Amino acid sequence: MIPAEHFLYLAITLFCIGLVIVITKKNAIVVLMGVELMLNAANINLVAFSRFDALHLQGQVFSLFVIVVAAAEAAVALAIVLKVYSYYKTSELDKVNELKG
Amino acid sequence: MEFAQLLFYFFSGLIVISALVVLFTPNVLYAAFSLIFTFLGVAAVYVLAGADFIAITQIIVYVGGILVLMVFGLMLTNKIDGRAVVTRNHNVFFGVIAGALMLLVLLLSISTVNFMGLDWVQSALHGGEVVRLSTIQAIGILMMSRYILPFELAGILLLIALIGSAFIAKQQAD
Repeated sequence: MIPAEHFLYLAITLFCIGLVIVITKKNAIVVLMGVELMLNAANINLVAFSRFDALHLQGQVFSLFVIVVAAAEAAVALAIVLKVYSYYKTSELDKVNELKG
Repeated sequence: MEFAQLLFYFFSGLIVISALVVLFTPNVLYAAFSLIFTFLGVAAVYVLAGADFIAITQIIVYVGGILVLMVFGLMLTNKIDGRAVVTRNHNVFFGVIAGALMLLVLLLSISTVNFMGLDWVQSALHGGEVVRLSTIQAIGILMMSRYILPFELAGILLLIALIGSAFIAKQQAD
């Protein structure tokens, strides 16, 4: 049986890679990819501890809802990125720096 | 070392390497393709943790849905002129510092806490309540009984997100 700590080490590695992607990348789509990586890392934790909860499976059910919310978030975020692109003609986040409508 | 553990380390390596490719490649399309391997590897890790239904959902939603959506977004937010779509970096110093500090804090906290010695984990290990077989039936029963309200709310959330994103992204008549 794989110890729970190994899942946690994998999850924190994935989470930190996602964090660095979110902070350093300029393209909005790549930033969204980093957010998805972080959500996946959180899901690995939930599923890893859900093994010891065979009766209620709270971790697995919660990670299902995380996946649902991630799908909704990706759809809305991409719609916003499309709108930003049609207005600013760029999808690089550091060029979107004015708040005037 | 059992076979399942070897598989776990293999897929962990796959996940970390493909995530690092997303981090280091300047080409956005390569990042999207590398993300496929990350998501598939995470699905395999779910299977090894006894969550087969979550793994299937991961493949359907992430690989089949979100990634296709991202490639579509990539197509619609760049001029298609034959050149590769590249992304540049900014805040590299602070990004690496923040990531490394986060990794350090989490590593320290995980290595000090003994998770396998927790009370409820130990009672599950000795009481035999550990997930060993498929959880599809249990999740189906739970979704229709104990978690029926969140289940319906998730449906409403998806409907709102569908309407909202279609409304935001529609071309406005000038």
